[in-house]
Amino acid sequence: MALCVRALLGSAAARSLASPGRSLLPLRGRTLTLPGLRCASTVQQRVELKRRKALEGGGEKRTEAQHARGKLTARERVALLLDPDSFTELDMFVEHRCSDFGMEADHNKYPGDSVVTGHGRINGRLVYVFSQDFTVFGGSLSGAHAQKICKIMDQAMTVGAPVIGLNDSGGARIQEGVESLAGYADIFLRNVMASGVVPQISMIMGPCAGGAVYSPALTDFTFMVKDTSYLFITGPDVVKSVTNEDVTQEELGGAKTHTSVSGVAHRAFENDIDALLSLRDFFNFLPLSNKDPPPVTECHDPSDRLVPGLDTLVPFETTKAYDMLDIVHSIVDERDFFEIMPNYAKNIVVGFARMNGRTVGIVGNQPKVASGCLDINSSVKGARFVRFCDAFNIPIITFVDVPGFLPGTAQEYGGIIRHGAKLLYAFAEATVPKITIITRKAYGGAYDVMSSKHLRGDVNYAWPTAEVAVMGAKGAVQIIFRGKENQAEAEAEYVEKFANPFPAAVRGFVDDIIQPSTTRLRICRDLDVLASKKQTNPWKKHANIPL
Amino acid sequence: MAAYRVTPTFQRVLRAVKHASLRPRCYIISCHSQYSTVYDPHEKTFDKILIANRGEIACRVIKTCKKMGIKTVAVHSDVDSSAVHVKMADEAFCVGPAPTSKSYLNMDAIMEAIRQTGAQAVHPGYGFLSENKEFARRLAADGVSFIGPDTHAIQAMGDKIESKLIAKAAKVNTIPGFDGVVKNAEEAVKIAGEIGYPVMIKASAGGGGKGMRIAWNDEETREGFRFSSQEAASSFGDDRLLIEKYIDNPRHIEIQVLADKHGNALWLNERECSIQRRNQKVVEEAPSTFLDPVTRRAMGEQAVSLAKAVKYSSAGTVEFLVDSKKNFYFLEMNTRLQVEHPITECITGLDLVQQMIRVAKGYKLQHKQEDIPINGWAIESRVYAEDPYKSFGLPSIGRLSQYEEPLNLPGVRVDSGIQEGSDISIYYDPMISKLVTYGSTRAEALKKMEDALDNYVIRGVTHNIPLLREIIVHPRFISGDISTNFLPEVYPEGFKGHPLAAGEQRELLAAAAALHVAAQLRSQRFLGQQRVSSVPQERRNWELCVELDKRVHMLGVSRSGNSYTVEIDGEKVVVSGEWNLASALLPLTINEITLQYLGTSFKVRVLSKLAASLNKLMPEKIPEDTSSILRSPMPGTVVAVSVKPGDTVAEGQEICVIEAMKMQNSMTAAKTAKVKSVHCTAGETVGEGDLLVELE
Repeated sequence: MALCVRALLGSAAARSLASPGRSLLPLRGRTLTLPGLRCASTVQQRVELKRRKALEGGGEKRTEAQHARGKLTARERVALLLDPDSFTELDMFVEHRCSDFGMEADHNKYPGDSVVTGHGRINGRLVYVFSQDFTVFGGSLSGAHAQKICKIMDQAMTVGAPVIGLNDSGGARIQEGVESLAGYADIFLRNVMASGVVPQISMIMGPCAGGAVYSPALTDFTFMVKDTSYLFITGPDVVKSVTNEDVTQEELGGAKTHTSVSGVAHRAFENDIDALLSLRDFFNFLPLSNKDPPPVTECHDPSDRLVPGLDTLVPFETTKAYDMLDIVHSIVDERDFFEIMPNYAKNIVVGFARMNGRTVGIVGNQPKVASGCLDINSSVKGARFVRFCDAFNIPIITFVDVPGFLPGTAQEYGGIIRHGAKLLYAFAEATVPKITIITRKAYGGAYDVMSSKHLRGDVNYAWPTAEVAVMGAKGAVQIIFRGKENQAEAEAEYVEKFANPFPAAVRGFVDDIIQPSTTRLRICRDLDVLASKKQTNPWKKHANIPL
Repeated sequence: MAAYRVTPTFQRVLRAVKHASLRPRCYIISCHSQYSTVYDPHEKTFDKILIANRGEIACRVIKTCKKMGIKTVAVHSDVDSSAVHVKMADEAFCVGPAPTSKSYLNMDAIMEAIRQTGAQAVHPGYGFLSENKEFARRLAADGVSFIGPDTHAIQAMGDKIESKLIAKAAKVNTIPGFDGVVKNAEEAVKIAGEIGYPVMIKASAGGGGKGMRIAWNDEETREGFRFSSQEAASSFGDDRLLIEKYIDNPRHIEIQVLADKHGNALWLNERECSIQRRNQKVVEEAPSTFLDPVTRRAMGEQAVSLAKAVKYSSAGTVEFLVDSKKNFYFLEMNTRLQVEHPITECITGLDLVQQMIRVAKGYKLQHKQEDIPINGWAIESRVYAEDPYKSFGLPSIGRLSQYEEPLNLPGVRVDSGIQEGSDISIYYDPMISKLVTYGSTRAEALKKMEDALDNYVIRGVTHNIPLLREIIVHPRFISGDISTNFLPEVYPEGFKGHPLAAGEQRELLAAAAALHVAAQLRSQRFLGQQRVSSVPQERRNWELCVELDKRVHMLGVSRSGNSYTVEIDGEKVVVSGEWNLASALLPLTINEITLQYLGTSFKVRVLSKLAASLNKLMPEKIPEDTSSILRSPMPGTVVAVSVKPGDTVAEGQEICVIEAMKMQNSMTAAKTAKVKSVHCTAGETVGEGDLLVELE
């Protein structure tokens, strides 16, 4: 890791270290307070001075450079993210302890070092925040920096409040060597300990590379800012020297790459403002911890609203696609759906919404993309989302229109068996309220996987257009009547028998066949009933999900 | 597309706002009938009628059938199997797949539907088979009544060349032009030269503006000839064209006639249909502000004499062009029920569909010419799924995610064949509905139209309500100073939406700010959460920056109860009213005066003062250079691709042709360049925004 860290530091952080402090403008007022400083009696003045210096971060020039890159400073970001005047800062006086390479010099010490930490409120609810300050040593992670982050994470765990990290860091503080690496590990450990205890959100707002990337990767959600943020293990230079690939930063680890190709990031935003204001919105969906109920907000959208458009939504021909988002938008409160990973594995739709003010997690197969089949990427995307919801008591609503798992060598070689099992595992172990609506196809193993009755689905509905079967009529008839004539007739019989919700309904595998227009009403009613659901899994040290 | 949510940056589009109460709306079409006609149950007509059409006109016909106690059969394509007209009819019959040539124009399938359902008569609606003499002939051969004129009249009037000759013989004023079929582009140029430019090239079998081109010189004549013959071939299966003198700046006024099989014919006054885009009507009214009783009578009598000359029976329309001196020229006769028939029904009290059914059964007309009144004034706006900002309307498709008709208002009639959840597809006409308002005076009808448009909720597809809303309040329209060139004259740069007056802008900003504050306050209210800040959060004052049309306005907002006082540039605007954040319409009251309208959709972004000041630091994202890429402006089918990679194209040169909703649109190069790559092939279906061709 050391090699990687050094390599990535080649960019911003190292540059800023090459001429430490030289570019720093003398602080305004410094000459005035200096005499007072010598006079030891005025601790108060020293406090004031340090405070002012802390608030200025890396100084005016570096702030200007930060702005010129289209990025806000660490403090500006915190101010935008939190409610006005709610930020309580911790460790403003912490300084790095490095004494090598001239780092001990006064002008190389910044009160607070390269991160701003503390707690505050988002719409009145408690949150812990750290915001890395790129203007101080390129936001590089020193032992002190790591210690500050660890402190708020520990507190957040103790009181049960989410942690939001605003990442903007060149990497490890190379001058500190192993202390910096130890700092990363300390954070990783806390990320893991906090996982499933309090929600953790990473907002990547600048570089985040090398070992540093594993902290966002361990958190629940990783968001990025378009054009100004990068995530990669090694930068383009190292890639070139090792694999001889020519790749730009943006292509290698930009927001587009991670939200559409790698699936590392969950969503990207236009700029810092859009990102932070959206994050406030997103935060309102989440409970504060695994011991808190998900928030319920005031809802103006009637819970018994009928959605007549849904009665005609599913096309007559079973091969024709429709947009699952149409269903989601029209059923949830005020069409407000916060989609997670909207550009990755689009054959499954996941995200947060509210039903009668109550936060719910939505999972839906998307017939518009790859017929809504389950493949490796969609299974993993769905599984991680389901596990988050289950960890934080958020009910899961699943819309099913799935023709099955995607066949082919690419999928089999890639391990669809193992990855598909993750989604199955996640739905099966989830103990939160689970409501499932089969809108059309629920074929084969994929039917079982998609929060079926058999996996402890609490309420399972079918629309009249539902078809619960082992496979489509054509394939089934080819097997049952292999080599026989009259296949068309047999197919018609199969359709009559199985291409409808009755086989599942007569066995009680679906609880009711409902009119699509009443879906919202039914879900809201069920969520009320299920609010007091209590279910536990057998005691275990931890489960062994097929990773 | 028009799906909006309350985002942190608050891009909520404020829709039209008017009435203080928000009554529940009904989704399924219903008709505030103004008919004075009685439906005599003893007058036996037919037991069962098949409607060989879809959409609003099929629904319209079914409604009258129901009143007359007649059973109805709907025909539909497979994609229309759950359409409104299918649900309304007593029986439904699938006549084929989505393309019209395989379903609604599929005579074999429709004849089969008639046989199987035992329908005694067929109402063809408009378009499709309504003016198809072959269809009328086949029905007659099977002993089924065609609710429309007989084959002879359809043939005579359907052919523009023949109709002109008949009109001349019946002493109807006609436009100078060439009374024959034009064989090729060169002959077209020759004839055009003889008549004198400008000339109009149009399909002999045409109607509704399809296959119609105006040419001002030889080059345009050649091009027009090519386009018109292609369009005519695809729309009517008949590519014969004719040429006539083009009357510049005319009005389009038409006379509704009604005739029976006993030689009686009436004229039911005129309809003013001058507001058009690309020769298709947008706003119609009856009566016309332009006609005096003498001209009206003269036109009416000529129309009736033409109807009698072809032994016309049923409802029909004689279209005239009227120049500024009130000279009128026969344009064509439509041997069917017109789209805009409701406004005639409103001012005369007649149910035209009922009259057509009676006449088809052989009954005599109930009315005499002196019985036909002009009662009040009626206006019709054609609400289309199209983007009015692109050439006054390029088709858009999509699903109506939210749809509420303003039927709670008095004097409003909405003829539609769709409902919430319906798909507007590329296969059919993109009309959403016909919105008709009726009042005792023109001013009253116009006011009702304003309200109706303001209360119309359409989401999921782009629609032309902003344009309609602007037309009906335009001073030239209000004064009646209109012609078929109204739109290009009034909006020479294309339609840009409603220009906000200072006061309107203030109201819009105030409403946006109040909504923002309301949303902010709500997002801080959690039910049943113990762990919220004990520090009182109820703020009373906000400083906000509202961005509208790239300008940022500083606003101060203070709140007391449900009332917000917004201070803009020293002026105070009070926003209050019964509303909530889930309403599609926000009935706000501003300064004790009802907010007039916000017809056009405005994108408004509200930021706190801090966010706004930091927002200035955000770099502007450079939009994609669009001069080197050609994207499809609408969903449709690629008819022809004229270039291949490596070709050099000149600016304005045709690159490909896209057909959508039966209109052929030529896509041209935005600059002179080499073609880098071609991403479409002829026959392919493309969606809006799909990449067609890349230039270097």
